Order: sequence, then C-alpha cells, then structure tokens
Amino acid sequence: MTAPDKHPLGRWDVESFPGHRVKLGRDEPLRLECGVELAEFTVAYQTYGTLNPDKSNAIMVCHALTGDQFVAEPHPVTGKPGWWDYMVGPGKPIDTDRYFVICSNFLGGCMGTIGPKEVNPETGGPWGLDFPVITIADMVNAQVMLLDHLEIEQLFAVVGGSLGGMQVLEWAASYPERLFAAAPIATAMHHSAQNIAFHEVGRQAIMADPDWCGGEYLSRGRWPRRGLAVARMTAHITYLSESSLQAKFGRRLQDRDAITFGFDADFQVESYLRHQGSTFVERFDANSYLYITRAMDYFDLAARHGGSAAQLFDHSPIRFCVISFTSDWLYPTVECRRIVNALNAVAANVSFAEIETDGGHDSFLLDVPEFHRVFRGFLEGAAEHRGLPRAVPRRNGP
Amino acid sequence: MMAESQRKAIRVDLQFIADMIEPGSRVLDVGCGDGTLLDYLVHFKQVDGRGLELSTEGVNACVSAGLPVIQGDADTDLETFPDNAFDYVVLSQTLQAMVAPRTVLHHMLRIGRRALVSFPNFGYWRVRLFLLLHGRMPMSDTLPYRWYDTPNIHLCTIKDFLALCRELGIVIERSVSLDHKSRTRRINSSPFTANLLGEQAVFVLRR
Repeated sequence: MTAPDKHPLGRWDVESFPGHRVKLGRDEPLRLECGVELAEFTVAYQTYGTLNPDKSNAIMVCHALTGDQFVAEPHPVTGKPGWWDYMVGPGKPIDTDRYFVICSNFLGGCMGTIGPKEVNPETGGPWGLDFPVITIADMVNAQVMLLDHLEIEQLFAVVGGSLGGMQVLEWAASYPERLFAAAPIATAMHHSAQNIAFHEVGRQAIMADPDWCGGEYLSRGRWPRRGLAVARMTAHITYLSESSLQAKFGRRLQDRDAITFGFDADFQVESYLRHQGSTFVERFDANSYLYITRAMDYFDLAARHGGSAAQLFDHSPIRFCVISFTSDWLYPTVECRRIVNALNAVAANVSFAEIETDGGHDSFLLDVPEFHRVFRGFLEGAAEHRGLPRAVPRRNGP
Repeated sequence: MMAESQRKAIRVDLQFIADMIEPGSRVLDVGCGDGTLLDYLVHFKQVDGRGLELSTEGVNACVSAGLPVIQGDADTDLETFPDNAFDYVVLSQTLQAMVAPRTVLHHMLRIGRRALVSFPNFGYWRVRLFLLLHGRMPMSDTLPYRWYDTPNIHLCTIKDFLALCRELGIVIERSVSLDHKSRTRRINSSPFTANLLGEQAVFVLRR
C-alpha cells in the first residue's frame, strides 16, 4: 500500500463532528424506492438558532451534491467557511436570530448520515456497493422522519439550491401540509440528458481509477483520488460560466513566462481545476459521489407523481419562490420556468425571479446581493403571512 | 415591506382600479411594475394577489417586498394560467405595449371572472391637437416616449377599444375616462365626449 492512496478518513471522524446524530427507523423502517428497507440508520444534522415555543419558525435547508450539514460554520474537515455562510446566520437572509435552521446530511452522504462508507451491520465492513441505490424521494422521506423525531409538525420553509432544490420540490409535492413556504433555487423538475451525461463522465472517471477496486477501496486501504478528482474537475466546470472562467483565468500561465511544451499545468485554469480536484478528494467519498449523482439522474418529479407536472401542486397551500440565474447553464432559467409553469397551471402562490449574475450555477452559493435581497424579501413576506414576529433589529457592537 | 405612509398615495387610475376590487378576492396584476397596486391591494383589501412582470427590476422589487410576483411576459405566459383562477385580472397602462392585445384580453377574461383594464386614450383632444398642429407623433405626460423608443406599439382610442369589446362579445360592466385633472367621466353616457376629454380610460370587463 502506498501512502498517496491511503484514505483520509483518519482526519474525518464523523463522530467528532459538531452537530447532532440520531438513529431513525427503529419503530418503523424507511422503505426505499428501490424496495430495500432501512431498519435503523443514522442521520447527522446541524441546527442554528432557536425553535420558538409553537415550533413555527423552523427552516429546513437542503444541501447540494457536495454540500453537508455545516451550512454556517467552519467545515470540520477543511476549516473553510460554511457553504451557505452568505445566506444563513444572524441578520442574514435566513436570519438565525429569527428562524430555527435545520440541515441534515442527506441519505447516501458521507458526513455522518448513513451512506456507502458507513458500516453495513450485516457484514461489519463498509457498505460499499452493497448500499442500496437511493433517490431524492428517499432523502426527503428520511428528512421527514427527522422532523417527526424533532416533533415539528410544520416547517416554516424548505429551501435549497441545485440538488437541494430538487429536495424542496419533492417536499412540496409529497408533503404539502408539512411546509408553509418553499424556495427551490437553480434547479429542475428532472435531470436532462446533458445533466445525466456529465454525471456519467464523473462516475466513469471514478470507476476507471484502479484504486476504486470495484467499490471496495475502504476495506483494501485505498482511496480513488485520481478518479474522484477528475469527476470533480469536470463537474466544477459545469458550475461556472464560460465568461467567468475567461475573466478569471483567460489564457494566463501558471507561475511561468512561457509554455513548456509538456503536460504540466501551464495554464492557470488547469492549476485551478487540479486544486479543486485534489482538495475535494480529502473531504468526499467516491462511492457517495456515485450514489448521489445517480439519485439526481433518477429525479423526475412529474413521472414519479403520475406524469402530469400540473397535477403535482394542485391545491398546494405553499408559498413558492423559484429563483434562477442568467449564467447558469447546468440548471438554466428555462428549467426553472417549467417549475413556474407547473405552479401557474394550478394558480399556486409563486414568485419567480431570474437574477443577473456571471457566476454560473454556483451563483446560489456566492455573494450575490440582489439574490439575497430578493430571497430575504420572499421569506419576510411569507413570515408575515405565517404570523411570525418580526426580527428584533440587531444592535451593532462597539 | 413598505411603510404605511408610503402606501397612501397611489396613481389615480390605480386607485380607481383598487376601488373596484372586492376585499378578500383573488387578483392577478399583469404588468405589475414595482408592485404599487399589488401592495396596496394586499394590505388594504386583503386580496390574495399575484403579479406578472417583465422587467427584472420590477420583479426583484416586488419579491423583495414580499409580493408573489413572477417574471414573465403577458404575451406568452398568460396561457400557463388556468381558467377561472382569479376574481380579477388587472392590466394597468400595459395593453398598448402588448404584441397581441386581443389575445391578452381573451386570456384575462379566461383566467379571471373580471378584467380591469386601463390605457392611455389616443383620442384625447390634446393628442389629436399635437398631431394636427405639429405633424409629429404625440408626446405627453401619459405618452412620454419618442416614436422610435416607445414600448407602446398598439395605442388605441376609447372608441377603438369599445369596438374591440363589441367584436369579442365582451361585456363592459363599468367604464370611465379620466381627464388630466383626474376627473372621471362615465364613458357609456357619452362615448364621444369621453373619447375627446379622457386622457386615460379604465374598463371593468366580463365575459
């Protein structure tokens, strides 16, 4: 076994992470869409703010493909700020002085919730590819079990971008009585052929890595670094816009004055992508990546609910806010409009704004003041209708 | 949310429209701009209101103020709404900017039990006089654009609009013209005078 292949799980002790862990499914198992039942499984989650006495101020934040429950605090592995630090916190659009924020690591994840790198009780080893194939609906059903465990009848809102937005849509379609407001952001009602195609490239990269070992790398003390890094590099390109890549890197060279007539990272953009790949593999599990991308590919909300997009939200009492970004070509505005059209078709209460940005799909994670202003306004309007007390203005420190 | 003091004054034609709307009803404001009317209706008439607006600035201002507004084009997006979904569908000062005003009217009356429409009257005497005296495309407070940059591609007179309603079998429940001092005049009592003296018109329509 060579050192570079050794997996990084030593620094990745989920039991030592901040937040909470709960075992769900003891009384009644979670029946997955594929037919398998999970009788007892761990869900790791984090909360911010305080639940009010009548439990009406809870917001479920659904994280995206490579996100986790550490929404608004330093990441326990990388030390980087929370992935939605711009959005969640005291005085921020999702104001933790006002709302109680819950975010759980989704089913199949690798930050403490049951997933392919956790222990399979039947074998005592990691699940690996024996882990059942999960879907977005399974993730949401697990979140509902968490909500029951927390004894919260109705969430004030469910919000999320990208894969998080798919979970929001699934929540709204399957459990309309359990949320007051829904904000699906930069997302779609189903995965397009192009979306599936990019994911397939990522999966093939992982599976082509000899260190993947047919999915058994953990029990063999290996870690498919190269494959997972390539998957991340490809995906990362889809999260940015052509113009932002051009503006950020152009054809500039990396720490050199001339091209080297070789295959080193001559260009800054190459160096950047390599860095993205190599840091990602220190905090994400390759098999998780396979399972989660598969769940996204299988997502087709209308098909799962009988084929008609319009029927999905018939008589929905939920206040919706759909937001897209002009430079997002992964889940472009036209996909968000499909959601809006389905909601309009039943005259649902929906807001829809397309925010002008250069940041590509990742815009929902970035500092985009217009997005935050619109999002904050939507939440405040919904809070007024829900009868939540106004936020107490924060006093500035000395 | 707007402060109460900011909510007081809304444009005269908007106030006129607001006064015709039953409290607690369902309202779709097509071309809702920055949401002035919608905000007024939501807070003073407790309506279940929605807006449709083309401009990004307008939509963002509305949603930021907590109003349920979607970004969209009345010419193409009204068809996504179902029949009879609203009590009122409002189109204030926007009809003349539609590519297909006739189709938009059709959809408004399909979606809503009633349509409330206001538009600048191209038959207003000052407009006629402007063209007669200057020989150039009329410009005024209600028609502030030059011919080459105007969004108003389908201007009409009150008589034109009456003729269209007749042609489409639309019932006019109420109709008034407003002159430049915001005095109202019932159109049905004298369409000729209203068409001459009205700077703008407000119609309440049903199928």
